[in-house]
Amino acid sequence: MKNDRRHFLKAAGVATIGLAATATAAEAGIADSALELVFGPKGAAPYADAKTATRWGMVVDTRKLNAESMEKLIEACNHAHNIPKLPLRKPHDKFNKDEIKWIWEEEFENAFPGQMNEKLPPKITQNEVLVLCNQCASPACVRVCPTKATFQRADGIVMMDFHRCIGCRFCMAACPYGSRSFNFKDPRKDGAIAETNPEFPTRMKGVVEKCNFCAERLAKGLDPACVEACEHGEMVFGDLNDPESEINKVLRNNYTIQRKPEAGTKPQVYYIV
Amino acid sequence: MLEKALTGDKKYWGWIGFLLLLITVGFGAYLRQYTEGLTMTGLSRDVSWGFYIAQLTYLVGVAASGVMLVMPYYLHDHKAFGKITILGEFMAVAAITMCLLFVLVDLGQPMRMMNMIIHPTPNSVLFWDMVVLNTYMFLNIIIGWNVLQAERKGVHYQAWVKPLIYLSIPFAVSIHTVTAFLYAGLPGRHFWLTAIMAPRFLAGAFCAGPSILLLIVFFLRKFTSFDAGQKAIRSLAVIITYAMILNVFFLLLELFTAFYSQVPGHMHAFTYLFVGLHGGYNMVPVMWASVILAVIVLVLLIPAKFRNNDKILVPALIMLVLSTWLEKGVALVVTGFIPNPLEHVNEYLPTLNELVISVGVYAVGALIVTVLYKIAIDVKAEVGDVAH
Ligand code: SF4
Ligand code: SF4
Ligand code: SF4
Repeated sequence: MKNDRRHFLKAAGVATIGLAATATAAEAGIADSALELVFGPKGAAPYADAKTATRWGMVVDTRKLNAESMEKLIEACNHAHNIPKLPLRKPHDKFNKDEIKWIWEEEFENAFPGQMNEKLPPKITQNEVLVLCNQCASPACVRVCPTKATFQRADGIVMMDFHRCIGCRFCMAACPYGSRSFNFKDPRKDGAIAETNPEFPTRMKGVVEKCNFCAERLAKGLDPACVEACEHGEMVFGDLNDPESEINKVLRNNYTIQRKPEAGTKPQVYYIV
Repeated sequence: MLEKALTGDKKYWGWIGFLLLLITVGFGAYLRQYTEGLTMTGLSRDVSWGFYIAQLTYLVGVAASGVMLVMPYYLHDHKAFGKITILGEFMAVAAITMCLLFVLVDLGQPMRMMNMIIHPTPNSVLFWDMVVLNTYMFLNIIIGWNVLQAERKGVHYQAWVKPLIYLSIPFAVSIHTVTAFLYAGLPGRHFWLTAIMAPRFLAGAFCAGPSILLLIVFFLRKFTSFDAGQKAIRSLAVIITYAMILNVFFLLLELFTAFYSQVPGHMHAFTYLFVGLHGGYNMVPVMWASVILAVIVLVLLIPAKFRNNDKILVPALIMLVLSTWLEKGVALVVTGFIPNPLEHVNEYLPTLNELVISVGVYAVGALIVTVLYKIAIDVKAEVGDVAH
């Protein structure tokens, strides 16, 4: 198992982020193996320019999204994370049962079921929006996981340890947003991943996955892939605890909503509608 | 005592052979699923638990029902159950074995199962479910075996067994309560997010489990020397009747809350169950079959005149098992996922491979029941406890 991890780490080229983060994560009770997975082997030299925060968050400006930009942002994530394109399981299936997705388009009424009313202006309700894992501050998925394969970092990011997950799918039942996907079959087979990105591991069958706020890119000082692909500030990413951060300025100046706040998971992704 | 399982007539061995065949076929189907992944099932991103987990839920109830014999016998000194408590305990062993197997076949990475123990996580209900299920299983093995051994030697069972018997009572309740908590604590699943989930599970368990047991008792009376006694059968039938009334009553409570309040999230799942939702109708026949059977069962069980007639009681019990199975062993788990968190209706039906694996698991349970009951009955015959 240990060797397996190191091998993956080499392949992923994920380096460590620094002792400070390691210490806080250790305080948060995160297992070493998981730490290594995210930050690289213990003791390795930290990346000096890693992005750090005490609470990562995101704003999605749905006014700026259109079909074309959404596709581009989704494609950026798919490529960065080796998301497979899997065909229908059976030709007559009404929906794709094997599908893996981390970020995708939804109608307004599906993304915000409790916040829909018939008199909302069409420019709001007819827009499709992007949905992804909300990186909840009080994540139901972490609460139910029997192995800590899904865990929360000190900076708020809810992560997956693909090497520990037993594939019980309790987290999928628990997530109130349908953010999680399960590898029903081997994603590495049949050319499902058009072009493998060596910077991120491919998964095996039988484990769950979801958006990880690009933890592997933050560790290298990069913005999340979807944010980087934005041309007009459709998505803003930053530290919610830093009053001076760009994201807090956007949040101060705009009316934002969250997906299903009533679920009590405290989503960290905000939407301008 | 184990040697008693190795002697039997042609019919006994034929039955064992048949079960072994089913197990082999089921295992073959599992190997396919193991190599290809859970894509061999009907599960999807939206309905991520299905037939397997539903069987787990149903069988936990069957296991818990042993307490309906143990409690009257040991706590209220209801002597009539003396002969059959052992049947309840051994059935619990078989049921829990099946539960654990259904969890196992549902895992995406079964080889990593031990991660639940290597990285124990007390905030996960699944962790606690594993703890109580295993404890309850061992309690029943130890109790059943010791009591039977004592009976064989013609002595009273040892004193240290008694506290374990008492302990098994709260554990029986806990296995079903904790299993209900798997569902009842999830924020986005309105259908399951109800405080009455655990009572519903318990009521369902306390009618379905004893019904299966009673059917076995009738079978044993007909084909073996074992007779549970008229009094035990009648008492058990009364317990079953009350539990079934509660079971139906609790479902009606859910319907009232959903439809009188008109809260959309609460209504969706029930609408899906009874009339279908957005073009999804898979569960409609299942639910109506369950409801109609339940009504017939109540009509046949409540009047003592019917209930005391074995010719009516037996079909009523069969219908009861079917009705509760359709509701808890099929509809309850699947419907929690429909509509999905984004309000799409993406349906589920089990695949053939999934069903073959499930039959294999049930065959394992039947094999355990057969062997353990064979031993129990032979011991009882030996000490002359089976006379009519
Ligand atoms: S959106 Fe779902 S998967 Fe993401 S952190 Fe929240 S509960 Fe977990
Ligand atoms: S599927 Fe994996 S991540 Fe999800 S709850 Fe189970 S072990 Fe945890
Ligand atoms: S933050 Fe990263 S992982 Fe999440 S949707 Fe954007 S690109 Fe994908």
